[in-house]
Amino acid sequence: MNAAADLPLPVAIVISACLLAGAGLALTGAIGFVRMATFYQRVHAPTLGSSLGMVLILASSILYFSVQRGALVFHEILIAVFLTLTTPISLMLVVRAALSRDRHEGDLSVPPVERT
Amino acid sequence: MRRWLPHPTMSFVVLGVWLVLNQSLAVGNLLLGAFLGIGLGAAFGRLQPPPLRIRNRRIMAKLFVTVVGDVIRSNLALVRIILGGRTSKLTSGFVAIPLKLTDPYGLAVLACIITATPGTIWVSYRSAQGVLLIHVFDLIDEGEWIATITQRYERPLREIFE
Repeated sequence: MNAAADLPLPVAIVISACLLAGAGLALTGAIGFVRMATFYQRVHAPTLGSSLGMVLILASSILYFSVQRGALVFHEILIAVFLTLTTPISLMLVVRAALSRDRHEGDLSVPPVERT
Repeated sequence: MRRWLPHPTMSFVVLGVWLVLNQSLAVGNLLLGAFLGIGLGAAFGRLQPPPLRIRNRRIMAKLFVTVVGDVIRSNLALVRIILGGRTSKLTSGFVAIPLKLTDPYGLAVLACIITATPGTIWVSYRSAQGVLLIHVFDLIDEGEWIATITQRYERPLREIFE
């Protein structure tokens, strides 16, 4: 049997709830990614998985390994820190590439280039 | 002190990350972490970073709590829109926000806050005019967004970093 079966029931319920809620947020983000109409709306959806979804999944990981090993395990916090620090970079690159293309094509729904 | 630790904050952050990563306070890990902290601190200095000054830690803690609340709230709002089928009459759009904040660290933190909050994305910042362009998923009132960003995030960030 695996170690997960040895967890006390209330703890197992909390861990599962966190994990499912986090996975649910990531799934909702993916659904939004498909359903949204425009590019700029679509890029918003996956941030569900990279913010609260990520935190919930990491929380369940911290809880599971802390209870299983009987000691506080929290190096998952680093994942949260680095994900939060690096997400803006890739998101900014993608959005600005799209914006630059739309401006180049003369799309009037995007703001024009600000002259310096 | 200055010679070995030209960037003490960076060095201590590296040491902290190393210890958390290894989940141990053993002497070997402390030594290796200190070595990494000094080495990477010196390497960081080669990038000629602007000086970091954190003036007010109390406001920093308060801002953190505000942001956590906002992240949870905007996550739920976005889930409601995506799963609620309200997508057809949704208006999204760009908002230009004039910023007084000029500190690069403050701007970096603002970028993380705006991106970590689902529903808003940082698009570009023009340092010459101090104008930030963001894209808002559920845009109802532009003025409200300008007020939210400047009052809720920019003001505390200026108090922390400037």
